Amino acid sequence: MNPIIEVKNLVKRYKKADENAVDGISFSVAEGEFFAFLGPNGAGKTTTISILTTTLAKTAGFVKIAGFELDKNEKEIRQSIGVIFQNPSLDKNLTGEENIRFHASLYGLHPFRPFYALMPDEYKKRVAELSRVVGIEKYIFKPIKSYSGGMKRKLEIVRGLMHNPRVLFLDEPTTGLDPLSRKNVWSYLQDVRKKENTTIFLTTHYLEEAESADHVCIINHGRIVAYGTPRDISHEKSLEDAYLEIITNEYARV
Amino acid sequence: MREFNAILTIAFRDLTKLIRDRIRILAGLVFPVIFIGVLGGSLSANIGKGLGFDFLTFVFTGVFAQVFFQSSAAGVISIIQDREEDFSQELFVAPVSRYSIVFGKILGETMVAAVQIAGIFIFGLILGVVFSIKIFLLLILAGLFASFLGGAFGVFVLANVGSQRTMAQIFPFVLFPQVFLSGVFAPVENFPPILAFLSKIAPLTYAVDLVRYAYYSGSPELSKVTAFGVTTDILVMLTLFFIFLFAGTILFVRKERNR
Repeated sequence: MNPIIEVKNLVKRYKKADENAVDGISFSVAEGEFFAFLGPNGAGKTTTISILTTTLAKTAGFVKIAGFELDKNEKEIRQSIGVIFQNPSLDKNLTGEENIRFHASLYGLHPFRPFYALMPDEYKKRVAELSRVVGIEKYIFKPIKSYSGGMKRKLEIVRGLMHNPRVLFLDEPTTGLDPLSRKNVWSYLQDVRKKENTTIFLTTHYLEEAESADHVCIINHGRIVAYGTPRDISHEKSLEDAYLEIITNEYARV
Repeated sequence: MREFNAILTIAFRDLTKLIRDRIRILAGLVFPVIFIGVLGGSLSANIGKGLGFDFLTFVFTGVFAQVFFQSSAAGVISIIQDREEDFSQELFVAPVSRYSIVFGKILGETMVAAVQIAGIFIFGLILGVVFSIKIFLLLILAGLFASFLGGAFGVFVLANVGSQRTMAQIFPFVLFPQVFLSGVFAPVENFPPILAFLSKIAPLTYAVDLVRYAYYSGSPELSKVTAFGVTTDILVMLTLFFIFLFAGTILFVRKERNR
């Protein structure tokens, strides 16, 4: 099967930096896979995600997502992916529904309408259904200012899934969420993955979230230091212990 | 169709935000009162005699162009605020042309400026500035030109400035000299050579001139209050608009992505 994400020798050096933030990494992700991209702070995870989601220019290398080459078909890639950013990217002056409507119109799902009442029934149903699933249906018409951190995250996930992306990028999506919210968010994401065969590309510091991944890729100093199924990597230990061991050994070597 | 939809979506977001921001509406309405009433009024009382045209009306038309230009320019620059609040990420991963994002922003801020213009019209009527429906429509049309130019000018400034802080320091320097050079408060024809030259390179000058053509068309004062001719004004504004829009967008996108 053709991979849905293909990365070859990807390099990123920031302006005025002496070292590569991402230093020639290669990996691929199969369609429908749950892929966990792990590493300590500053390892190059967010840099990689920014390049794959077209918001940061790469220095060198080849990237292909959903059959489109990054160098040639940026727009098609944008249409095929959903992104949950590390920092919430909601407009605080709008309501939850207005943020969703903004997204839906921008992605060409429905013609733009200035009021909710004028939107097609199909849209209204979708918003009602998605917000019920993540448990924010009571707040969907309230301003973002009144949302808690967890509600903002859930709203962003609803928004990121509105256009049925083939790949969902999640950059530390559950940071700052209480255990119950985290559990709800994950059971919902896994549901979507099963139903829609959506590929999930995750970065996280909660290693237990990566236990159920199909493949785990660990990077440090912009290089891949481990790749495999969680079982391959952990050798009978917990993924967290294995991860700590790998990273510590890395530091010992340097 | 997709791009048109995106432009409307982005534009209406700004209008929605304005309607929720009562302080900004109020400031928008009060600003022209200060410029036309206080500054224009005091100048008019002291030096406004024997000019051969009504000074307050002259200032009214100048401020009309200035508000459209300035409001759009300042509004477009709020993209920088979006970036600091991380909302710009949502815009930049969207599958629409970067020009649509920028033009949507310009259109949105033009609608915002139009709301403020209502304040100017009301105040103008109180001062006794009168005009026909035809002139009203011409004024709006000229105002749209001023606003689009201002918005594109804002993109161009934005593309060359990093943070909100830098912007707050730089923006007054690129805006206020233009206000004084562009003939809002005095006809540019009588400027000394150096100021006349600077006036000719200030984009706002042509917007002010065009608005004056719209207001004074057919009146005997026309030649005393205008300078370049309608065709020149429109050609210069269109040229500058496209240069600012394209160069500004390209530079801005490059700066965002090539870090």
